[in-house]
Amino acid sequence: MDTTTLIKKHHTQIREQVDVCVIGAGHAGCEAALACARMGLETVIFTVSVDSIALMPCNPNIGGSSKGHLVRELDALGGEMGKNIDKTFIQSKMLNASKGPAVHSLRAQADKAAYSAEMRRVLENQEHLSIKQAEVCEILTEDRKDDRSDTLASRQITGVRIATGGIYLCRAVIICTGTYLKARCLCGESITYTGPNGLQAANQLSSSLSELGISLRRFKTGTPARMDGRTLDYSKMEEQKGDEEIVPFSFSTDPDSIQKEQVSCYLTYTNEETHEIIRENLDRSPIYAGVIEGTGPRYCPSIEDKVVRFAEKERHQVFIEPEGLFTNEMYVGGMSSSLPEDVQLAMYRTVPGLEHCKIVKNAYAIEYDCISARELYPSLEFKKISGLFAAGQFNGSSGYEEAAAQGLIAGINASRLLLGKEPLILSRSESYIGVLIDDLVTKDNREPYRMMTSRAEYRLLLRQDNADLRLRKYGYQVGLVSKEDYEKVLKKEELIRQEMERLHTVIVGAAAKTGAFLESLGSEPLKTGCSLAELICRPELTYDLVAPLDPERKDLPRAVREQVNIQIKYAGYISRQNKQVEQFSKLEGKKIPADLDYDAVDSLRLEARQKLKEFRPISIGQASRISGVTPADISMLLVHLEKISGKV
Amino acid sequence: MYLSDTICAIATATAPSGIGIIRVSGPEAIALCDSIFKAKSRHSLLEAKAYTMHYGFIYDQDQVIDEVLVSVFRAPHSYTAEDSVEINCHGGPFVLQKVLHLLTEKGVRIASPGEFTRRAFLNGRLDLSEAEAVMDTISAQNAFALDASMKQLRGELSRLIASMRADILYEIAFIESALDDPEHISLDGYPEKLSDKCKTLLSQTEKLILSYESGKIRKEGIYTVILGKPNAGKSSLLNYLLGENRAIVTDIAGTTRDVLEEDILLDGMQLHLVDTAGIRSSQDKIEQIGVEKALTYAKKADLILYLVDGSAPITEEDRQIADLIRDKKVIVLQNKTDLVQSVQREDILSLLPNAGCILPISALNGEGVDALANTVKEMFYHGDLTMNDQIYLTNVRHKQLMEQARQSLLQVQHSLEQNMPEDFLSIDLMDAYKALGFIIGEEIDDDLAEEIFSKFCMGK
Repeated sequence: MDTTTLIKKHHTQIREQVDVCVIGAGHAGCEAALACARMGLETVIFTVSVDSIALMPCNPNIGGSSKGHLVRELDALGGEMGKNIDKTFIQSKMLNASKGPAVHSLRAQADKAAYSAEMRRVLENQEHLSIKQAEVCEILTEDRKDDRSDTLASRQITGVRIATGGIYLCRAVIICTGTYLKARCLCGESITYTGPNGLQAANQLSSSLSELGISLRRFKTGTPARMDGRTLDYSKMEEQKGDEEIVPFSFSTDPDSIQKEQVSCYLTYTNEETHEIIRENLDRSPIYAGVIEGTGPRYCPSIEDKVVRFAEKERHQVFIEPEGLFTNEMYVGGMSSSLPEDVQLAMYRTVPGLEHCKIVKNAYAIEYDCISARELYPSLEFKKISGLFAAGQFNGSSGYEEAAAQGLIAGINASRLLLGKEPLILSRSESYIGVLIDDLVTKDNREPYRMMTSRAEYRLLLRQDNADLRLRKYGYQVGLVSKEDYEKVLKKEELIRQEMERLHTVIVGAAAKTGAFLESLGSEPLKTGCSLAELICRPELTYDLVAPLDPERKDLPRAVREQVNIQIKYAGYISRQNKQVEQFSKLEGKKIPADLDYDAVDSLRLEARQKLKEFRPISIGQASRISGVTPADISMLLVHLEKISGKV
Repeated sequence: MYLSDTICAIATATAPSGIGIIRVSGPEAIALCDSIFKAKSRHSLLEAKAYTMHYGFIYDQDQVIDEVLVSVFRAPHSYTAEDSVEINCHGGPFVLQKVLHLLTEKGVRIASPGEFTRRAFLNGRLDLSEAEAVMDTISAQNAFALDASMKQLRGELSRLIASMRADILYEIAFIESALDDPEHISLDGYPEKLSDKCKTLLSQTEKLILSYESGKIRKEGIYTVILGKPNAGKSSLLNYLLGENRAIVTDIAGTTRDVLEEDILLDGMQLHLVDTAGIRSSQDKIEQIGVEKALTYAKKADLILYLVDGSAPITEEDRQIADLIRDKKVIVLQNKTDLVQSVQREDILSLLPNAGCILPISALNGEGVDALANTVKEMFYHGDLTMNDQIYLTNVRHKQLMEQARQSLLQVQHSLEQNMPEDFLSIDLMDAYKALGFIIGEEIDDDLAEEIFSKFCMGK
């Protein structure tokens, strides 16, 4: 061989061909990559550090109000987060247990290191998936050649280039860069250009995205300090224990297999002295000094925000939470801050139990580049670029669970695109994931978006307890849920149906014995006979409580009993919401062609026309949620759609 | 967004005309219309064949409201492809409103703009040519709806509803922030607090619903003051209004030399009419008193009818009057159209730039007086006119939404009594909030998240 070719060969960059590239291995990236690989596509996941796979750089827990719902739904669809936290939790709690079933929410404290390691193990052992430690610095595209009719994109994905110059050719890319893009961390006057936890930021991709016509904006978020647990005095705090009976996140986890010893969290409070220190040093806070340009979330304010905005509050709660079993680091929930190190130490030390605390990691605020998800279709694909998808904090959301949910959907839809199938778009009326994505891609979100139960207009139907009944079928259809798991749900459905039917037909007589039993439960005796279902509807009774009046009852699994009880007790509300959903679905089902010429729609108001042209909603339902589009505009659109469909 | 309930609307233009059509569509259309209609033939509409017309009367219990022709359409052979009824009324806009109101009492919902057409489309009813034909109609409705929503409910009523909504939103936000962050915000003892709040809100909604029916309109009338310089034609106008086929309700003779007060019924609207002495710049003491009186009355007025003599040039006196009534509800009457006009519309506008309405009339022969009646009515029903600062609901649709809000609040109360968990309370509160929002034309959007974040300190 000629020496020149040999030399030249050594100078040639690596060039690999895969199906999907996932950029980032946080909670969104992991779910996206696993979904793609499990759907049979050759996938590579890039991370700036393999040690940061599924990292939890902020709070040490998974779930919580409405986020718990997301994890349940993700699990029903075949995602990994639920299984992973079931394997690595160290405390578990059902929040809002005394409230209605729609707002019960599971939350587990994670052993962060274990969570991360376990997810890494799953990724490493996944067929069709490879992990690559590299910074992706360019998205490669060409003029669109495919014959898709569902997008107006002018470009399509051809691959990515990594910082070393290597090229990965692929047909779909999923951006899950979290808070890493041009990240900047602030702790008082000290500013470092790093990602979370001191990790390397990704500084090159932003300009590639800008060149593709994607507009970027700056969001910010923050995290509190981590303390050396040995320096805290827990006797001055209130202990917060886990639930006695642990409920798993995953529908595939056997509840009996996860009952274990749990660790505690601790509650303490700030006081006037704390607030005084903060107020005196506000000028040294980068936010109040105007150094931070990003928009932060109001729902998880820094302690300095709380003190300023809620000046009338005499104290704020502080939750001390363990970061894991093999570390004594403690997370100081409720006191995130970007004040300088010396102020931080002084303020933390005013809190009872923290008088002698030593800080392992300072609290800091982090700023990063992200997009407005209105650039995306509800499939999470960019409107402008065929084959480019995005998920997680990069889309302007916040939270591990929100990120994971989007990651899964982006992964599913990238795969389905390559497999030539319709995208999976979950509706607002069937899932929190649907609400999350619809809000992100439709509304003008000015701060990191967090899930809340109040955002789900049909929340009585979207309970965490029935996520499997709602969504397993989709997981099965896309190929992420096994036939066996799916059949389990069908069987559960059947058992629920039969039992409900039975309860409506079994009549309890007004015998004296029955009366005495009811009175013992604080319930009025019967005057005439009534069905068991009617009895269960009484506020003070439940399915389980009336068991003694129901000798015919079969021994049913707990999950079935729970469904029967809820569906009977809240039947009135549930049927009301079902009716609303029926109406809602009619408009949601009316699809709008991607290439609709809005100029040809007669009598649209100018504002509506502009918004619709810019936005390109996929359905009449989505169009109706765009601000500035009125019901009359929607009527015009319907008329027009009918008109053009008649011509075809 | 509803699609399968029964809806109704006035199908004819809102301009004054003898006949008006009310269209009713939906599964209950025929049965509900039958419940307020008695056919001359005594047959029930329920048995009526498709495409038949029936002559009879609309009743409010025992009282005849109007003589009507009713057409029956059966699904799918109607405009919307649903069961439909069209009621041809004869009694003018006031009667149309009354019939609409009767229907809503039976449970029919007032349609939103374009809703009939939307149904027709969703039910696959309209073909291409029909589709194109209705575009303009909807467009007009669109413009009208916007216009109407801007005109409606300015002022007190809108402020009252906004404040009720703010109260409700605060409660929802509190519940929701506690549900979202149960470890930071506690709901202990909250149901008692909410129960009190709910009572207050209920009494507010009930008062407003009653105001719709109160008949106050009949008892007191709209306090209307006629102003104008001497010889502008005030007495002629009053005489015309009193004389020509208008019912005189009472006849309280003027108690002073310069003010005459009369209650008249103008096309179904009661006006308490005050004729003042002419305003004239004068040094004469007695004349001065007259002017001051006129001013006092003008201040109290719900509505001012300002007469300008169209046959004579604008004078200093006109300017003085205009200055006095700048911030009142005014209808300018350009009188004496039976004579050659030397005043132009522009002259009046330069005199009173905010004159919303300028009507040419002849108080002598009654020309233009019908338009005056219609204008007054329209102002009243659009909420531009209120009486004695009392807050009224004047629109059937608003009343119906208020009733919905009330039902939701009653449900909250019921749930409170049943010790239902707080998340159920917030669902019904949200329904009440939405219903009130529809009255003042506001959507929910991100109100709630906004309220939660700004009022309550969340964790982390």
